[in-house]
Amino acid sequence: METVAEHPAPPDAAPPKASGAASRVLSLVGELMIIVGGVLALYVVWQLFYTDLAANAVQEQTVQSLPWAYTLPITAPTDNGPSPQTIPDELKLSPDTAPDVKEPAFGTTFATFYVPRWGPKYIKPISEGTDRHKILDRLGIGHYVHTAMPGELGNFAISAHRTTYAKPFSNIDKLRKGDYLIVQTKTAWYVYRVTSHEIVLPTAVKVIAPVPNHLGAAPDNHYITLTSCHPKFSAAERYVVHGELEYWSPVGNGVPAELFSVPAP
Amino acid sequence: MIFPAIWGALPGPRWVRALILAAALAAVLWLLFDYVFPWISVTFGIQDQSVGETG
Repeated sequence: METVAEHPAPPDAAPPKASGAASRVLSLVGELMIIVGGVLALYVVWQLFYTDLAANAVQEQTVQSLPWAYTLPITAPTDNGPSPQTIPDELKLSPDTAPDVKEPAFGTTFATFYVPRWGPKYIKPISEGTDRHKILDRLGIGHYVHTAMPGELGNFAISAHRTTYAKPFSNIDKLRKGDYLIVQTKTAWYVYRVTSHEIVLPTAVKVIAPVPNHLGAAPDNHYITLTSCHPKFSAAERYVVHGELEYWSPVGNGVPAELFSVPAP
Repeated sequence: MIFPAIWGALPGPRWVRALILAAALAAVLWLLFDYVFPWISVTFGIQDQSVGETG
């Protein structure tokens, strides 16, 4: 820099116009590349950090805004603290008796989801629809439109992000056979148990069929299906977990004792 | 070239220019984070997790 500045161009040098234009173009290209690089870096920051913050805030607020949602405590009852009443055995009703529920309007949050395997603080809202922008990127878990509602005969199919956007299904690969998947709606509790998992291509809509993996078959049981992306940070495949309803119970008689179960490692 | 031109086009003393720049950067960041990036992510199917005909 200094040496250039201290030696002014001799009078017979090439006209400054030409070299000036070339260097201006070069510096313009260079600055544009700096800007593009900055925007790309910002995209990474946005995807990895900002989406979590933004979606977490929306989802927590959504759960808090549901007057019927059970929010506390989800830790095991302690000896000194007041322990929540749990549903008595005689009110654990058989799946066959689960009522049909009307599917809510698109975007409505109609249920909350609890998974003991995912820790005592795990409560996420379930909303109608699987639109990325309106549901999954903000509200968290989305219910596939026209699949069964919680408890119904058929397949209650839900989807959520595994990474970023508050990642509701972040630990979907940690679920083991027999783990509890608990759904609460305004009117009832539904306790499902994991039966299997699989990894499929994104086009495998058969996993959310009324009988999972049997397109066109008449529903024969009360299933739940979770879908998320696989591998992490990719959209190449889908991680799918299936479960079956163990029992259901109307709200108002306590909470499922399974909420406090500590899954075996 | 771009950066000196922007700096030169801004009015006022140094600290005013710096303030205007900071506000403009914040506005750009907000536009990117709340509108442009979500649109890109959804449009190009980055991080999809549902099953469907379109993937």
